[in-house]
Amino acid sequence: MQYDEVMIRYGELSTKGKNKKIFIKQLAHNVKFALHDFEALKVHGERDRMHLELNGSDSDAVLERLESIFGIQTYSPVRRIERDLELVKKVAVEMIKELYTEGKTFKIATRRSDHDYELDTNDMNQLLGAEIFSKIEGIKVQMKKPDITLRVEIRNEGFFLSSRTILGAGGLPVGSSGRGMLMLSGGIDSPVAGYLTMKRGVDIEAVHFHSPPYTSPRALQKAKDLAAKLAAFSGSVQFIEVPFTEIQEEIKKIVPEGYLMTVTRRLMMRLTDRIREERKGLAIINGESLGQVASQTLHSMIAINDVTATPVIRPVISMDKNEIIEIAQKIDTFELSIQPFEDCCTIFAPPSPKTQPKLEKARKYESRLDVEGLIERAMNGLVITKITVGDTLEAQQKADFSSLL
Amino acid sequence: MIYFDNSATTSIDKDVLQTFEKVSQTINGNPSSLHQLGDYADGLLQQSRKQIADLLHVLPEEIYFTSGGTEGDNWAIKGTAIEKRQFGRHIITTSVEHPAVKESVGQLKMLGFDVTILPVDHSGRVAVSDLKEALRSDTILVSIMAVNNEVGSIQPIGEIEEVLKNYPRVHFHVDAVQAIGKIPFLLGSESRIDLATFSAHKFHGPKGMGFMYIKKGKKIAPLLNGGGQESGRRSGTENVAGAAAMAKALRLVLEKTEEKQKSQKEIKTYLTEKLAGYKKVSIFSQKEGAPHILCFALKGIRGEVMVHAFEKKEIYISTTSACSSRNGTTSSTLVAMNVPEKIATSAVRISLTDTNKLEEAKIFMEEFDHLYQQFKDIK
Repeated sequence: MQYDEVMIRYGELSTKGKNKKIFIKQLAHNVKFALHDFEALKVHGERDRMHLELNGSDSDAVLERLESIFGIQTYSPVRRIERDLELVKKVAVEMIKELYTEGKTFKIATRRSDHDYELDTNDMNQLLGAEIFSKIEGIKVQMKKPDITLRVEIRNEGFFLSSRTILGAGGLPVGSSGRGMLMLSGGIDSPVAGYLTMKRGVDIEAVHFHSPPYTSPRALQKAKDLAAKLAAFSGSVQFIEVPFTEIQEEIKKIVPEGYLMTVTRRLMMRLTDRIREERKGLAIINGESLGQVASQTLHSMIAINDVTATPVIRPVISMDKNEIIEIAQKIDTFELSIQPFEDCCTIFAPPSPKTQPKLEKARKYESRLDVEGLIERAMNGLVITKITVGDTLEAQQKADFSSLL
Repeated sequence: MIYFDNSATTSIDKDVLQTFEKVSQTINGNPSSLHQLGDYADGLLQQSRKQIADLLHVLPEEIYFTSGGTEGDNWAIKGTAIEKRQFGRHIITTSVEHPAVKESVGQLKMLGFDVTILPVDHSGRVAVSDLKEALRSDTILVSIMAVNNEVGSIQPIGEIEEVLKNYPRVHFHVDAVQAIGKIPFLLGSESRIDLATFSAHKFHGPKGMGFMYIKKGKKIAPLLNGGGQESGRRSGTENVAGAAAMAKALRLVLEKTEEKQKSQKEIKTYLTEKLAGYKKVSIFSQKEGAPHILCFALKGIRGEVMVHAFEKKEIYISTTSACSSRNGTTSSTLVAMNVPEKIATSAVRISLTDTNKLEEAKIFMEEFDHLYQQFKDIK
């Protein structure tokens, strides 16, 4: 069914007091961005609800896009018709028929903002209820928890009808909690960490360490494809590629094997923090999960986190692998993540890294490096790309190949 | 020129050829190579596979690229025999199969497999009851073509599937080379077909290219061992240009199939009706057969003579199948249909494609009338 409007309910935002205005503005901005290619569509952000005027835009496509936008509790597609009683009867039957299967119950819930209208809410409920009884055999009315609720609003501009309430993604609008740097490898955990942080309103920029020729162009592409998946929740993600070859080679040459991994992580953390500072971020986010690998013990965290006082958010820290995988599957990053391309974390990985590195030793070994010089050169080589939904290798190739096929 | 020999081969479509050329010139990596050129070539190969799968409503992993119909038939039959030999050694096929099936089964017979060849009726169709009788506990394979290449008879694949639903361990192979684009065809989870053979040059694709459908979960041994391409089931460096061109050809042939089938059927009906008006003509193709094949004979005149007589007028037809026409053997399908050998040697085949026009059929009939008058008094 083609609809004319969509009504969006905020949920959690409504309780946020003073910040509410900011949240609503941010959400309206995100919704506009996610739907930017529907040129006729208009977004009206009001105090309690947001209204989208579709003006002929494909309503199914719009509804699908809204699914992944954080800050939306529920939303309903709405038919807007002229104030004509014959027409409203016909449309009401159509809308219920679309949802009705044998045994389902319904009710009509009318609201009236035009109080001068000839019928009051009861009249309208009865009129439409009677019509539905006569046109749909076997349907039953139920006031408490019916299967189908047809909402009718009588306004000056017309009748507004809606019968479906779709569950939104919840959370807070991305951007309403500020910006953070996500350390995005190619694994299963970091995209999930990014997603969970976005859900609480943080605007994510993806920092990816790339060490050619030790890591392949496919590994880089994979990280970008993952960023494109995350972009579905915000419209776009800035992808920051950090040249890491020189640093890894230096560490390999100078640092004792047992501390290779710890020092490498310290440098990654330092670089991410520097990028955060430059790009006005407020936090660092990573996909560490306690006990999963050597770098993810509490001892390691002390030795690594030592380089910064910036909050490091670790949304999956206490999750089991299975729980993380479940979310990865839900946000469609899992299949991508398990593609076998080596990333920079594994290339120089020693056979037995220290699981209980000492902070003092980590500091000592790191100090043998020209940390400032290394960081400076890496910062000069940053490559920043804006990645939007669908910017994946597959989509790109599909476009390339479509003329051939 | 009038080309009425489309079951032998079709001309490659202009746009398909363009794809073949462009891919050959610009996408040169080996899909198995690690570098970006390899990745890119692999991307196109997988995209081609997906397109074919989507068009047939099956999964990409159920499509395997081959060199064509002959390889597909050989693979389905011998691959099944090798894979399932410890479960049984009985194979069922029909008397009207393409030589690629017939000879493969023959080779297995030499190796000790037991073969049942189902007879056909006067219309070229097998009886489902014969199949039921032939099935045994050690049967491993039933191989039956969808559309016969010589007379265009359509086998009762749907009914055969019903029977085989009670024999889940038997592989069911369908040679679909003459069927694709010509008759409705169902593969996938709803279908009982396990294996199906396709060839690109029969639907305006490139020569030397084809694909096999292997239902998910069904196993056949590879015939071509080597570098492990095609998920280890069919080795050999992939023909990326051929695969892309074939995927495009399949898309084009399956566009508006109903219209295309209707126009071919119209031409076939026209020719059938006209030819039936001649006393010395026997027609072997059924009205209900495939829309593109018409097999008939002018009594007393060998098929070969007809072919050459028409060739002089730049009209190209064939003596039954192209494969048997060179070595002068009589149509095995007609013999299987109990057509007397004397008449069978006179058989010729007209085979159509969607670009053929009714006008061409009219010109054909004019020329046929001249020849008929010329040959009338020859015994």
